[in-house]
Formats: sequence, structure tokens, C-alpha cells
Amino acid sequence: MIWVNAVMAGILLGGLYALFACGLSLMYGVMGIINLAHGDLAVLGAYLVFVISSSLGVSPFLALPVAVVLMGGLGYLMQRALLERSLRAGPLVPLLTTFGLAIVIQNGLLQLFTSDSRSLDAGALTVASLHVNDQLTIPLLGVVIFLVALGLLGGLQLFLNRTAIGRAMRATAQDPDTAELIGINAKHMYGLATAIAVGTVTIAGTFFGMRSSFAPLSGPSQLIFAFEAVVIGGIGSLWGTLVGGIVLGVAQTIGAQINPQSSILCGNLVFLAVLIIRNGRVFVSRAVSS
Amino acid sequence: MSLLEIETLEVRHGALTAVRGVSLSVDEGSVLALVGANGAGKTTLLRAVAGAHRPQSGRVRFDGADVTGLPAHRRVKLGIALVPEGRRLFPGLTVEENLQAAAGKGRSGPWTVAAVLEAFPILQPLVRRRASSLSGGEQQATAIGRALMANPRLLLLDEVSLGLAPQAVDAMYRSLDALMASGNSTVILVEQDLRRAMAVSGRIACMLEGRLILEGASNALSRDEITNAYFGLRRAPEVAS
Repeated sequence: MIWVNAVMAGILLGGLYALFACGLSLMYGVMGIINLAHGDLAVLGAYLVFVISSSLGVSPFLALPVAVVLMGGLGYLMQRALLERSLRAGPLVPLLTTFGLAIVIQNGLLQLFTSDSRSLDAGALTVASLHVNDQLTIPLLGVVIFLVALGLLGGLQLFLNRTAIGRAMRATAQDPDTAELIGINAKHMYGLATAIAVGTVTIAGTFFGMRSSFAPLSGPSQLIFAFEAVVIGGIGSLWGTLVGGIVLGVAQTIGAQINPQSSILCGNLVFLAVLIIRNGRVFVSRAVSS
Repeated sequence: MSLLEIETLEVRHGALTAVRGVSLSVDEGSVLALVGANGAGKTTLLRAVAGAHRPQSGRVRFDGADVTGLPAHRRVKLGIALVPEGRRLFPGLTVEENLQAAAGKGRSGPWTVAAVLEAFPILQPLVRRRASSLSGGEQQATAIGRALMANPRLLLLDEVSLGLAPQAVDAMYRSLDALMASGNSTVILVEQDLRRAMAVSGRIACMLEGRLILEGASNALSRDEITNAYFGLRRAPEVAS
């Protein structure tokens, strides 16, 4: 039964990884930008939720929507003011720009909040769990995170497939020059895609801060998990990130069951195994399709 | 009056000057055929009018307003639509989505998805098909329909018959003829088939190595005059700029 527990915990953890990964996948899918600051933006979002909830004395769940809107706005500005300029200089420059941005965010947070680790208080939800039977319990927070991930991925897919803005975003992803020629403001679409990505990773960072503690330098390790989820699931595919997240999550929890220290190693080994099985080829769909 | 005025336009691609000091005006409701050899600068000129290339110098005026600095998507709003060379559909989108993506971006007018499907009946059974799975003629019809969704005042057609079967070209021009004959739309088309270009247009302009070397009414110019200009054999007197 402990293995069932481990698999269940891994699936739920996969929901969190999918939340981290979907924004990374979206930015690559729409603009071809690999955002190395993605994990740090998650941590920045978690700090913002921390500041809002502690200064107003409200639950992090109430602070989260406000933070998502603010971070989304920041994402839009980041794209229009920073990444748009670096995109003009070729595909490598945005990579360097986001790398620099990651360092700026990490050190900015260190200055403001010291290196002390903090966590977000999810109230009773932190310890609540569903007792299936004597041996199998499911943490309620994990279920909430998983359901949010499902809802978010489904919502994003609907947005991309069914709305006019989503259609314009897919058209821009496939051919930005031609999108301009039919009247779509491609730069605005890029800004919106980044806003969505930064908004979703704020949700991921907040849930991460509820599950465990976070510090200014927590970002890069989350970025790696997000990367692995994206690559396992297929780059540019939204539901693929959920599959990738679950594969990674289950590998980590089963690894932890074998030996508590081998959790992350086991996740990385599965990631490498997937790469070897695919013979180094990664499924790439720049077209943001399902 | 002229809807489009191009004044001493110069467009470069890096070190290469593709359009050299071209001046041209197009009257509202007229059809201009732009001819010339490969690399003469026809496509670059059309793309500069549409806003896809920024000129080095010169002006583009549309309906009296200077649009030289406007990005392409803002020009669509004013009523300039380009059917690009090679069709450039969004391959992962369906025919319907390709058309819908252009909806509400240009001027308001009679063109809707339904109107496009009526004008190009071959698209009717294909609305849910991905653009990448269409034949050349079907793709071209979709690309023209997509441009029409903007209800353009000025329609730019870049080599719409390139790579199509002769029957497909005929079918497409039948649909276009109805559009051009209505006199409501101003059209500039780049066409390699000189006979076709002379038949559908009111005026013809010939480009050679980035310059406009011949311009006149289609029925006043002979085939030989145009062919000579085309190959730069006997230079016709430079058009006054």
C-alpha cells in the first residue's frame, strides 16, 4: 500500500509541475523564447502573495488573484520592454536576457527579504487529508493543486482554440509576419502570451510556497522540474505538460520511497531515460496545439 | 483621385537595395498589374506598401494620409490587404480559422466567412480542414479570402497563380474578375503571365532591377514594348518621378 500512496502523491505532485511547466511551454510555443527566469518569477510571485497576505492579514488564497493580475501585468511589460528588443537580435539573445533577469530577481529578493526561507499559510488545508482507508490518505492541498492544474490547462486550451484572441495567438505563433499582414498586432500577442505565462507561474509558485518553504534562490530547481516536465510531455503541448509533470512526480515519489535521498535523482534518471528512448529527439510543436 | 501614392521609395534588405526610388500612383477603383523578372523588386514593393518592410527613404500615402511609419496591422485597419507570395496560410489552423483570424481586424463591410465561402465555392467542403492539407488552388483561394476579410480598399495580390494548375488559375481569376469588375476595389497584382496581366488590368507597370522602367495603360502598350522593358533590352524612357 505504501507504493499506492507514493504513486498517488506523485500524480498530485505532477499537477504542481504542470502548473510550473505550462507557462514555460506557452512562451516557447508562441515566441520560441526559453525563459530561464521562469522559476524565479514563480518565487517572485510567491513573495508577492506573501507580502499581500501578511500586510492585509488575508489568506494567501485571497491574495493570489491579486498577485496573478499584478504579475501578469509585469509579464506584459517584461515582454514589450525587454524580450521584444532582445528577440530582434536573434534567438540566443532572449536566452541570455532571461538568464540575466533570473539573477536580478534572485538578488533583488535577497536584498528585500534576506535568505530566510518562508512559507505561505494555507490554513487548515495544509494538514487536511482524505482518508480512503487506514493505509491510504490523500492530502487535500495536493488534490486542490491538481484540480487547479486541470482547470487551468483545460481553460488555456479552450482559450487558444475557441476565442478570437486565442486564434490570433496561434496564428502569431505559426507566422508572426503574416499575422501582422492580416491585422494582428503580433507584439501585443507576444505580450499577452507572456502575461499568461507569468500569471500561471505565480499560481504555481504560490502553491509551491504552501506545500513547502521557499527562499530567494528556490527558483532554479523549480525551473529544472518544469523543463523536465515540458520535455517529457512534448514541447509546446499543454496537456503534454500534465503528462510530463505526472511522470516526473511519480518518479520522484517512488524514488523517495526507495530511499529518501534518491527522490530528485530518480526524477532526473527517468527524464534521461525518456531522452534516450526517443533517441535524443524531442517532440516539438511550435504551433501550440493540443 | 489616387488612392495610393508612392514617392521615391527605396527599400533595402541588408546590403541589397531591392526597390530604388520608385514613384507610382494608383487611382481608386483601378487595377494595376506589376510585371518584371524575378528579383526585380515587385514583391518587396508590395510588402513595403503593406507595411511588412520599412523603407529606407521615400513615402507611402494612402487616401491622402502618410502611412510610411505605420506597422502592417495598422494599415490593415485602414484597408490595405496583401495576399503574400507563397500564400502563407497558418498551416495548423483550419480554413475557417484562417479566415476567422482575419475577421474584425480591417474595415467593416460585406466580407464575412460566409461571403468568402460563397465567392470561393471550392472552400465550402473544406472549412474544417487544416490549411496544410489543402491543394495549391485551395490554399490560394483561402489566402485571397483571408485578405478579403479585411474588406480592403486596396488589395495587393502577389503571384497568386504561382505553382497552380492551369484550371485552378482559371477558376481563381474567374472569382477575381467579378471582384475587380465591380470597380469598388483597387487592386495591384503581380503576375508572371503577361497575357493574363494585360487582360485583367487597366494599367501596367514594369520593374527592372528595383526601378520602375515602364508604366502605361494596358491597352496602349504593346506586348513587345513590355517584353523589352521586362528584359531591359531597349530601355523605355524613365517614368517621371
